Amino acid sequence: MQAVIDFFSFSDPNIRYVVLGSMLLAASSAIVGVFIVLKKKALIGDAVSHSVLPGICAAFLFAGNKNIPLMIIGAFISGWLAIVIIDFITRNSKIKKDAAISIILTVFFGLGVVMLTHIQHSGYASQSGLESFIFGNAAALIGNDVIVFSIIAIILVITVITFFKEFELTAFDEPYAKTLGLPVSRLELLLTTLTVLAVVTGITAVGVVLMAAMLITPAAAARFWSDNIRKIVIISACFGAFSGLAGAFISYMAPAMPTGPWMVVASSFIAFFSFFFAPKRGSVFLWWNKRQHLKTTDEENILKIFYQLGEPSGYFEGEYSVSKLMEKRTVGQDRFKSALNRLKGQNLIERVGEDWLLTKKGMKESARIVRLHRLWELYLTKYMQMPAHKVHENAEMIEHVLTPELEKELEIQLGFPDRDPHESVIPRI
Amino acid sequence: MMNENSVLKVNSLTVGYTRKPVLWGIDFEIPRGKIVGIVGPNGAGKSTLLKSIMGVIPITNGSVKIFDQSLDEVRKRVSYVPQRESVDWDFPASVFDVVMMGRYGRLGLLNRPRKADKEVVLDCLEKVGMADFARRQISQLSGGQQQRVFIARALAQQADFYLLDEPFAGVDAATEETIIQLLRKMSEENKTLIVVHHDLQSVKKYFDWIIMLNVNLVAHGPTETTFTEENIKKTYGGKLTLLSDVRNILANTPYPTKENK
Repeated sequence: MQAVIDFFSFSDPNIRYVVLGSMLLAASSAIVGVFIVLKKKALIGDAVSHSVLPGICAAFLFAGNKNIPLMIIGAFISGWLAIVIIDFITRNSKIKKDAAISIILTVFFGLGVVMLTHIQHSGYASQSGLESFIFGNAAALIGNDVIVFSIIAIILVITVITFFKEFELTAFDEPYAKTLGLPVSRLELLLTTLTVLAVVTGITAVGVVLMAAMLITPAAAARFWSDNIRKIVIISACFGAFSGLAGAFISYMAPAMPTGPWMVVASSFIAFFSFFFAPKRGSVFLWWNKRQHLKTTDEENILKIFYQLGEPSGYFEGEYSVSKLMEKRTVGQDRFKSALNRLKGQNLIERVGEDWLLTKKGMKESARIVRLHRLWELYLTKYMQMPAHKVHENAEMIEHVLTPELEKELEIQLGFPDRDPHESVIPRI
Repeated sequence: MMNENSVLKVNSLTVGYTRKPVLWGIDFEIPRGKIVGIVGPNGAGKSTLLKSIMGVIPITNGSVKIFDQSLDEVRKRVSYVPQRESVDWDFPASVFDVVMMGRYGRLGLLNRPRKADKEVVLDCLEKVGMADFARRQISQLSGGQQQRVFIARALAQQADFYLLDEPFAGVDAATEETIIQLLRKMSEENKTLIVVHHDLQSVKKYFDWIIMLNVNLVAHGPTETTFTEENIKKTYGGKLTLLSDVRNILANTPYPTKENK
């Protein structure tokens, strides 16, 4: 408990650095990630993050110690080189883009691991901690390094804000952007540079293997929460920052834990949560909607039964037993009864002893549904040239979704008809 | 010499994605204020022609002059409507956002949209009958509505010369009517329009000038005299197998077909 308090009081300047640094770098890469995701280039992010490893090792071999600025430059160069080679292969050979990406990703990462192993076995005194570049260690974010990474992160954010509308347009419709005279290929270059930089900011805290997740996952999760690109960018940044905080916290509590994987666990948790629970797009919401629609359909079908039973005599206030009503429908008894109870709750039907009858409100509602059904049948025969005996099935579905505006439009197009294709009267309300 | 009234002059234009020519030696000129249709079978290079005029795909050979100048010099006077299917409509943007994109060319880098830009956008939405949909997500639009949004975006550029790639493809009758009325009104204001079109039935009704294309230019000129039975036959049913054989040889030729390239 004391450790938790220590952490969140931020009294230790080292903790402040680590937390601030992790949050900033995670948020900035999450912002860049939004455009990578919208451009459907997530795999490129993965390729870049793996490809920076040989650059880092080369910088180490060159300097003989962990010189962070030099390593950033090394990482930048090899990340860039990977993208250039992928483009070159795609353009000049029969190899397709996805294959080129996998080839380059594995070649670069393999080379990086070989170099790393070589360094570890060659007895450099200062090589300790180099392995944290693979899985990350936020505790290694100290002193000047934090400042360097934070400056890069801030540059990323400012650049994205500056070129926001250009990135937005090229992500949506690149050829059109070109016709407007926008420097499309230079913007593409800029976004690639930002991607490489975002990966570079994460090399100590997150590690190269999982940095791609910090680019892509918060952005993909944010997409569930909004349809507005500006909001998506902000939400993605918050998700990133939260994952950064969580990763730093966990690796503080358990120093043996690498930070990168925990950041990824945190952001993946957010992504899963979004996938299930986000309003409008989340699967729980969609499932709930579907369920509600099924319920309404059941209710409306029952009201229709009442109408059909009353239609021959023209007397719609008849009382019917459940078994009489159920003769017309093939749904389970439980489902049927709970629908009856819901209708009662809405004051559409009443119960008299064991029998049920329509209320005044229910009569109107039942006539409305029958009316939609018959209007649609007529529309199908008249405009879709469907034979009269085939239209019923379709109308069974459509009657539950027609809006009042469409109802009006149907009436106008059909010329306010009296009878459906089966010569049944179309009720008016 | 360039005719005073000429908007577009295409000079022996050749375009090939790789080496296989998609357009071959196209020559034509179109006068100001006309609604020009481009027709031809699938793969005739209609869309490619528009894209190469707009600089979206590079020209292999020949030249394009707009208002007697290069595209870069007159970009603000030219506007392009791509095919509706060319973008992902699940993109997080509203109708208003998309139409505002038409202003980005005028805004230039770094500048944010001003009040005047917003007014232009709303006005353009009004013109295509989509004013009530400004806040709507683009993923919720029908095909016809998507097309109207694309046209509104082009209108927001306030250009003099418009190139539209299949604006009537897969749209409802009401949208088709709205669009053609709008195009006619624009041509009355002395704007020039080039429209890639599929439906031969409506060619005579819609266009006063026609370009008939099938890799090479079959015919061009006023619809009345050009859109003849004979030219249609040449465009759609012509014996071009020899030509397409030669194109295939070019595509598989391992050496450059032009000495200096």
